[in-house]
Amino acid sequence: MAAQAHSSAAQPAILNEVNPTPFPRATLVENNRSFGWVTDKISGIIEGKTPTWWWVCFVLACCVASFTVAGITYLVSTGVGVWGHANPVNWAWDIVNFVFWIGIGHAGTLISAILCLLRQKWRTSINRAAEAMTIFAVVCAGIFPVFHVGRVWFAWYLFPIPNSNAIWQNYRSPLEWDVFAVSTYGTVSVLFWYVGLLPDLAVLRDRFFKAGNKVRSFCYGLFALGWRGSNRHWSNYEMAYLILAGVSTPLVLSVHTIVSFDFAVSLLPGWHTTIFPPYFVAGAIFSGFGMVLTLMLPLRAIYGLQDLITQYHIDCMCKIVLATGTIVGYAYGMEFFIAWYGANPNEGFAFINRAFGHYAWAYWIMISCNVITPQFFWFKKVRENTAFVWILSIFVNVGMWFERFVIIVTSLARDFLPSSWGYYSPSIVEIFTFFGTFGVFSVLFLLFIRFLPVMPMAEIKSVMPQADAHGHDHH
Amino acid sequence: MSAKPYGLIATFDTTPSVYHAAEQVRDAGYKKWDCITPFPVHGLDKAMGVKRSNVPKFSLCGGLLGFTTGMSLIFYTSYVSYPLSVGGKPFFSPLFAFPVSYELTILFTAFATIGGMLFLNGLPMHYHPVLKSDKIVSGMDDKFHIVIESSDPKFNLALTKALLEKAGGKDIQELEA
Repeated sequence: MAAQAHSSAAQPAILNEVNPTPFPRATLVENNRSFGWVTDKISGIIEGKTPTWWWVCFVLACCVASFTVAGITYLVSTGVGVWGHANPVNWAWDIVNFVFWIGIGHAGTLISAILCLLRQKWRTSINRAAEAMTIFAVVCAGIFPVFHVGRVWFAWYLFPIPNSNAIWQNYRSPLEWDVFAVSTYGTVSVLFWYVGLLPDLAVLRDRFFKAGNKVRSFCYGLFALGWRGSNRHWSNYEMAYLILAGVSTPLVLSVHTIVSFDFAVSLLPGWHTTIFPPYFVAGAIFSGFGMVLTLMLPLRAIYGLQDLITQYHIDCMCKIVLATGTIVGYAYGMEFFIAWYGANPNEGFAFINRAFGHYAWAYWIMISCNVITPQFFWFKKVRENTAFVWILSIFVNVGMWFERFVIIVTSLARDFLPSSWGYYSPSIVEIFTFFGTFGVFSVLFLLFIRFLPVMPMAEIKSVMPQADAHGHDHH
Repeated sequence: MSAKPYGLIATFDTTPSVYHAAEQVRDAGYKKWDCITPFPVHGLDKAMGVKRSNVPKFSLCGGLLGFTTGMSLIFYTSYVSYPLSVGGKPFFSPLFAFPVSYELTILFTAFATIGGMLFLNGLPMHYHPVLKSDKIVSGMDDKFHIVIESSDPKFNLALTKALLEKAGGKDIQELEA
């Protein structure tokens, strides 16, 4: 109210005549918290004693991660045949898992880059953790194609490094584009994350120094690069951050586009479609926000971050899940329509086979999780029920894994030649390796929440009402 | 004779107070001075008279270099060094070279942007008089500071101190060099 009265002088005269209903801006930090509270709250997570639940989760995550280590060790020592791939399904769980994890990463970049460009201030509370999720998801994703090459010690052949065969990579292949897309994505995500961390590392450096913990102060200080909050620095910093957001936006869209080219550029029915790039990008953001909710809701409850991740934040995330989930549902429908409208019998068969063939069970899991689940988010009651939102977010994750399974495996199992048709089942080694990546992800994420600020303190402060230099009457 | 101080540091409690103080220091004609804020204060650049950042120039150079690197890498490897016919396709075409060049454009831009930002800011610099001050803890937390360096031609211990006091600065201290 006060803000409206204050700013009415600068508004066009017509507004006084029509007298619009004041529409309050959502509060991003609740309960009128001070800057100091934000610093104490977020730094306190790192400075406090390691909680017991953290150790329990960490040990559990390490155990789960050991499945990946064991699976990979067995694969390297024996050969890629320990996975269940066989003609005609030569891409299976490994590529499914790769696309699944890469897709999850995309929400982090969406939050940090696209929402930054769109000035969506609510992103500040969740962007740090979402970016961390991106990086760890890319780590998990990278495991699969790297070990799928079989002789992993030759994986460096993927990069243009001169070798004794004097032969170079085939740049006409989308698989080679993918190498560049994913490695650029991983690198830029780390850089973007690190730049965001700089001011917060400086906060921790000084707090640990004051508390007399010289070792930790030194470690954080080393990476804070001597950041001192100078406004001349902030000026360059903000410009750099904006440019990074600007280049990360086309990057995140291009990465999943190129991932979809791995399929779309081939001639296989069910893969050779132009809808793939936008469909994959929407699916990636859908699954990524699913994962952000899966991770942030428990974090919010455990650390009591309700003032920073408010109901408004959850609403926004649920609505993005709803929007992208609906786009994905539309894409499923459109694929069927084009398969019929295109009048190509092979294409038509591929889609009938997806829905009613041997893998129909996977198809219907996908439809129920990805098309039906998000529709619950139309309802405010659902969005306000945190436990229910969390359960739905798990369904989104499951559904998106099945989407990649359906796309990859059903198309390959029923290709052009009926004589080569087959049915693919994963081997136990594959199952272990995939299961273990959840442990790898959790180990990394747990280390992150223990040692790094889970939210960008400087950015949160800058969207608080007190940050306004023109001093409206907020106290 | 005691060592010459690095400068004077004054504390401000709120964003508007540091903003208005910055305008006064700017108008008094100081050049070598700075605001220390825990977060980027919107509009403070203008209040300080800081010009638009030069980081985009670095980004542009990085982007152009990245795109050129991608195109020339693919041209050299597939057309010059070892031309290999794959499915009868041309040895080089900017179309198939585009995705990789596009990614390298972004990669090089990102490195150039961050490199440029650090270069312009003179970071890493792990030693600085401001970091040595006790005020840095609150300066990174919830307080705002203005530092005027003694190397500024207009610097005069008594007059500068008076200016900072007039501008609303509290707890004005000398910074040890």
